[in-house]
Amino acid sequence: MTATDLQLDERGRLRHFLSIEGLSRELLVSIMDAAESFSSVTEQTVKKVPLLRGKTIVNLFFETSTRTRTTFELAAKRLSADVLNVNIATSATTKGESLLDTIRNIEAMHVDMFVVRHAQSGASHFIARHVAPHISVINAGDGRHAHPTQAMLDVYTIRKHKPDFQQLTVAIVGDILHSRVARSEIHALRILGVREIRAVGPRTLIPSDIGRMGVNIHHDLDSGLKDVDVVIMLRLQRERMSGGFIPSAHEYYACFGLTASRLALAKADAIVMHPGPINRGVEMDSKVADGCQSVILQQVTHGIAIRMAVLSMAMRLDTRMETP
Amino acid sequence: MADFPGTDALLDHLENSLRQEIVRRGIQDPVMIGIHSGGAWIAELLHARLGIREPLGKLDITFYRDDFSQIGMNPQVRASHLPFRVEGRDILLIDDVFYTGRTIRAALNEIFDYGRPSQIVLGVLLERDGRQIPLRPDCVGGMLDLPLGQRIKLTGPDPLALSIHANGT
Repeated sequence: MTATDLQLDERGRLRHFLSIEGLSRELLVSIMDAAESFSSVTEQTVKKVPLLRGKTIVNLFFETSTRTRTTFELAAKRLSADVLNVNIATSATTKGESLLDTIRNIEAMHVDMFVVRHAQSGASHFIARHVAPHISVINAGDGRHAHPTQAMLDVYTIRKHKPDFQQLTVAIVGDILHSRVARSEIHALRILGVREIRAVGPRTLIPSDIGRMGVNIHHDLDSGLKDVDVVIMLRLQRERMSGGFIPSAHEYYACFGLTASRLALAKADAIVMHPGPINRGVEMDSKVADGCQSVILQQVTHGIAIRMAVLSMAMRLDTRMETP
Repeated sequence: MADFPGTDALLDHLENSLRQEIVRRGIQDPVMIGIHSGGAWIAELLHARLGIREPLGKLDITFYRDDFSQIGMNPQVRASHLPFRVEGRDILLIDDVFYTGRTIRAALNEIFDYGRPSQIVLGVLLERDGRQIPLRPDCVGGMLDLPLGQRIKLTGPDPLALSIHANGT
């Protein structure tokens, strides 16, 4: 069963959210539209809506995360769901319990949804295939494979500033080899019809087959940035690097660090994005990260609205009451 | 489907009823909220007719519906927007048709998440039989008895027209 088959029910609605790949443009747009509606919740004195009251969402993070876990938690709480954060570092899996046994035990607590982050590619897909039918699984990042909610919040941020995707040239810069964010972003940008996607970085950090995803490869930052509308900088994932992918952080910055003078090669109204956490002075200069073209903190805010949209759209209906 | 004439007359009647209620309650500076979508269309007209000072607020009560767990997320949902502070205000809440009362319950819950108003006056273009919870409008444009299995639909905004349909059509 493919991820797409697993993700959608027979009526084309979200069942799990595991990967951007294979989803329709209409579905991506409807997730962004729902996020737009949820953004008004922050205008309320009581910053929550009762949509998921009585539902229990489990954050199952096998890898550390601050931004993603907290924004998922806040999104769930703003939907009035109960949230259970399972700290895997101190859980029974470290005592030898298998992943499936952990899942079965948490299922027995009558929960409704798992938000999963795991170092292994395909972990969320595996869990989605084995969970009880009433439980939805949201992928919050699996190995090098996918980080679909990050991709959605990125395209949502782009749409806020530049709504016509078909006119855009987007540069994704840095460690694309280890980046699940880049892979999901490329799928999302392709589905939304972006005119040109560029993958920019050193040869060691650009997968050789990335051209098959419909992107143009640049090993020179200056040519990669020329006349782009959007610059997405990626974090150097040194925790995933086992060999000498780059000579040094200093040299990487000299060749691929985004400075104000390099950003000037992009269009004057180009926006700068980064999924965080930023390594200042490695991926970009602080003047760019904090500058007027940076939308990095907006990405964090938009992450809550996008996750509210995904959680509410993927939540299982009460099938005993569902209308035909 | 049958046409249901007379939206102008219903609107006139609702406007008069609201004016009387405003005087009766001694309301000086009300704000108005229309419930998406039919209620917002009617509220646009009443907002101008009553000369309300502050911009019109609009509510989409989708996130407050009590049947989410059965019908799921409606992708057509729009953001609510109340361009004024709700705290301590006198609110005229407008909808097109009052039927079971569940929409109004959801709207009241949403409004109270923006703040604690002084009072809320509920005005609807048409009230029909079939209340399921103990709520009812303060001001109505007209009343209609309809058998179960039929529903009223307002199309608009220009022109506004009411029609009667069998459920499921």
